[in-house]
Amino acid sequence: MRLEYPANVRIVRVPCTGKVDVMLMLRAFQKGADGVYCVGCLEGTCHYNAGNLRCRERVEHVQSMLDEMGMEKERVRMYNLSSGEGPTFAAYAKEMTAYIKEVGPSPLGTAQNKDE
Amino acid sequence: MIVGKRKPFEEIKDLIGPYKKVLNVGCGTCVAVCLVGGEKEVDVLSAEIDMARRLSKEPIDIDSITVERQCDREYLEVLDDKVEGYDALLTMACGAGVQFLAERFPETPVLPMVDTTFIGVNQGVGWYEERCRSCSSCVLGVTGGVCPVTMCAKSLYNGPCGGTNHGKCEISDDQDCAWHMIYERLEKQGRLDGIIAFTPAREHENQVPRTTIQPGYKKPESEQ
Ligand code: SF4
Ligand code: SF4
Repeated sequence: MRLEYPANVRIVRVPCTGKVDVMLMLRAFQKGADGVYCVGCLEGTCHYNAGNLRCRERVEHVQSMLDEMGMEKERVRMYNLSSGEGPTFAAYAKEMTAYIKEVGPSPLGTAQNKDE
Repeated sequence: MIVGKRKPFEEIKDLIGPYKKVLNVGCGTCVAVCLVGGEKEVDVLSAEIDMARRLSKEPIDIDSITVERQCDREYLEVLDDKVEGYDALLTMACGAGVQFLAERFPETPVLPMVDTTFIGVNQGVGWYEERCRSCSSCVLGVTGGVCPVTMCAKSLYNGPCGGTNHGKCEISDDQDCAWHMIYERLEKQGRLDGIIAFTPAREHENQVPRTTIQPGYKKPESEQ
């Protein structure tokens, strides 16, 4: 299946979304990412039982931190799909990209970037 | 272990105020175990402060380091040649660690990032409950291992108040009566007669910071 999804999306592969910790998401924002989204397996189907549920909780934690910092909290999101759902994957990428276009680039990206 | 809770971010921002170069110091012992002030939490807070300050166009230079224990001189020593040049030190240790750090570097403002909440137990990952108020005269031996100072709303040492209500405390139905728990535990162990033993009230007057010197140890001459 050849599917197109927006080219601005960078994929970071992890063995399970349970591996995604708060710092990984924050680092992406620190380095100027406009948004971060995690795509996990459908809830209830995690091979490691609760990896995707933990990820969701961490995404929510980062959302509250963005809020505290004064950034749109929807810039970080959790999506779920099953491994056979390529089109859904592409749809999520489009949805996220559309949202970012709507709210504009990260206010941090334009600020001076310490890590670079 | 000693349990803490991170301060609200607004308060943290206010504490840091105008400082432009700070060092965030974590502690690798109790507060690391209760997931509030170890290496990971230090990195997260530093990232959050860095981004918040960039967003408000007042960038801050923030570095992070975590020492094994902030309540131990031996481990603070590693900071001696590192704190120079910082406007302030942030610390994610418990109140004891904060004070020891402040004592070691009295020229530099030391700011707590954590509210020390209690001495407690780990009920699950990220879930802690208070169990001891360090009263200095432990009665657990006669109370069946239930602490009346912590678990009783009035910290009563000698039996329940008149508000004990079918196993619940008068302050709320969500709160078990400590003395009811003590009664049941002792009854189960066939030790109920011991409940009558009288515990003298704790001296709350004129308190000074307590000191403990373990048998076989003494203060070094220089400090006597
Ligand atoms: S009686 Fe309670 S507060 Fe006092 S030392 Fe024992 S557990 Fe701690
Ligand atoms: S009801 Fe029990 S726990 Fe509550 S204050 Fe009275 S003795 Fe203490």
